[in-house]
Amino acid sequence: MKTRNTEILVGTFVLLGFVALFFLALKAANLGNFSTEPTYAISARFDNIGGLKARAPVRSAGVTVGRVTAITLDPKTYQGVVSMDIRNGFQFPKDSSAKILTAGLLGDQYVGLEPGAAEANLAAGATITQTQSALVLENLIGQMLFNMAADAGSTGGAKP
Amino acid sequence: MRESAPFLLRRVAPSTLHSDSLIEIDRVSFGYDASRTILNDVSLRFERGKVTAILGGSGCGKTTLLRLIAGVHPATSGRVVFDGEAVNAQDKAQLYRLRRRLGMLFQFGALFTDLTVFENVAFPLREHTDLPESMVRDIVLMKLNAVGLRGAAALRISEVSGGMARRIALARAIALDPELIMYDEPFAGLDPISMGVAANLIRKLNDATGATSLMVSHDVLECFSICDYAYLLSSQGQVVAHGSPDELKASPHPEVRQFIRGEPDGPVRFHYPAPPLAQDLGVSA
Amino acid sequence: MTAAIAHLGRFTLQVLRSLGHAAFFFIDLLRFSPAALRRFGLVVAQVHAIGNRSLIIIAASGLAVGFVLALQMYYALVTYGAAESLGLIVNLALVRELGPVVTALLFAGRAGTSLTAEIGLMKAGEQLAAMELMAIDPRARVLAPRFLAGIVSMPILALIFSAVGILGAYVVAVLLIGVDAGNFWSIMQDRVDVWRDLGNGIVKSAVFGLICTFVALYQGYETQATPEGVAHATTRTVVIASLGVLGMDFILTALMFSTP
Repeated sequence: MKTRNTEILVGTFVLLGFVALFFLALKAANLGNFSTEPTYAISARFDNIGGLKARAPVRSAGVTVGRVTAITLDPKTYQGVVSMDIRNGFQFPKDSSAKILTAGLLGDQYVGLEPGAAEANLAAGATITQTQSALVLENLIGQMLFNMAADAGSTGGAKP
Repeated sequence: MRESAPFLLRRVAPSTLHSDSLIEIDRVSFGYDASRTILNDVSLRFERGKVTAILGGSGCGKTTLLRLIAGVHPATSGRVVFDGEAVNAQDKAQLYRLRRRLGMLFQFGALFTDLTVFENVAFPLREHTDLPESMVRDIVLMKLNAVGLRGAAALRISEVSGGMARRIALARAIALDPELIMYDEPFAGLDPISMGVAANLIRKLNDATGATSLMVSHDVLECFSICDYAYLLSSQGQVVAHGSPDELKASPHPEVRQFIRGEPDGPVRFHYPAPPLAQDLGVSA
Repeated sequence: MTAAIAHLGRFTLQVLRSLGHAAFFFIDLLRFSPAALRRFGLVVAQVHAIGNRSLIIIAASGLAVGFVLALQMYYALVTYGAAESLGLIVNLALVRELGPVVTALLFAGRAGTSLTAEIGLMKAGEQLAAMELMAIDPRARVLAPRFLAGIVSMPILALIFSAVGILGAYVVAVLLIGVDAGNFWSIMQDRVDVWRDLGNGIVKSAVFGLICTFVALYQGYETQATPEGVAHATTRTVVIASLGVLGMDFILTALMFSTP
């Protein structure tokens, strides 16, 4: 009967929709990467987080080991507090340092972890104290101008 | 002439029913908007088990009367009584009950063009009853047989002719064996053979099922050949005359005579109101 | 002068009145949707008429848009040495915007006009009146199933559009131009977020489906029962639905994708 054919065709249509959905979600988005890995949370304090955003990757030696979950301001120390989830398979020593780096020249910023030399590892909830803030363009330019002025002053005779 | 009616769902004894009125139109006035009243204080009675015709020129409110009976619009004044119950167009539950007891044949059939002939006739059965498909099939085939189209059950609506469409719509209208069947211009646009078939069907169905039939038409000849009683409406929305076909044929009333004989000029004027011809042509009188 | 003001006043009242009428119609559609869900076969039949029949044009358009996007974006990106990001750009453009919006515009043209014409002609042929006189509410039997089918079909069509578009972009970028296949997919996978980009895109297309189907059904139901009436109604469907989609797109994009 006509309704049976119709139902088969509609079922195929819906199936195609699901296939498209799965393709887009798994092959073309980040669902396939970080689905159900167990993670532990740590945090780091920065003077300036620059352009870092939530869900930015956390990398060590270039390999993605975790994600930034939240960024807040500590009201007492006025430092930026970055919370991260690191995959359980990667443990870092307690004196590891965190830097905010830029991927490529115009890319997004991410957190780079450099392992330290301590025996004990970072536990869940621990805070990384050795941090290097993001490079801020205005500070760089200001520093460069200051350096140029200092060079000119030292070679061209003292200026009052 | 009474044949067995195998296509019926329930048996009804025709002529022994009390011949009081199934429908009463009691001093009803109605207009679609306030400026133009279509029906003016009309009173009609439709007797049970009889075929009654409503005749009149175009636009005199015949179809509007059918709509008032079915509760599509509320009457501006007066009341419409169906089997002793006043029809209230705002009461959805009552309308639902009422409409299950009537079947309406629209002028051009109003068949569902996306369904086949069979599915069209099966539609009211499938929507309103829980009958199993095998029973629905039997009933549909019997109804189609009653109108002579059982062989056309598998056709699509686009493949049937106008006369056939009318008959299929009739089969659909009687699918639930209604007590009241209303026909809106059943003879309009049909060839003589189809007209004869339609008239024959209307009369036979009415007699076999004991239903009450209401025909709205302006085909005097065919109507008179099958109806028991007739009403003539004027273009002012009033009842001009009523009676049996013989009474109306013998009536001396000028409007009745003009309508029945089809005379071009009489109480209903030939010319649309206009200034004198000489004035329009600019010729001094 | 006063005549002009009176005319303007009447026009405003008329617009308000038709807005109110449309709102009541929308509420009716919602009211009869549960009943339509119980008659699931009707909804399935309508998904076939609305969704399946749109599949070819949506897929073909998706492919074409994917091809063209890849080509155009390549010429722009290669000057910055960022050709590897081609997959990412195409994906974001399709999944966030072009998928839902272009599918909705095509949907309004293809399915919207056919719905309007169908309902309009059913009304003209007195089919809806006949149904009412058979004590069957045409809104529950005819309108609500089509409404639900439209809301269901649109996201599916938009997803297929985006998926086919990305595949088309892959063909152009990797097979024709020579962008690295690995980078094409991995940069995309790294930066496209399932919930933020894909999820919001799906929500958008569901909203657009609702708009297009509602406008189409309303125009069909209110049309004059004449050829000119049906022609005007189908035109209005496309115009109003398209404007509604574009306007809603702006609002939704601002809500969903504005940077925190």
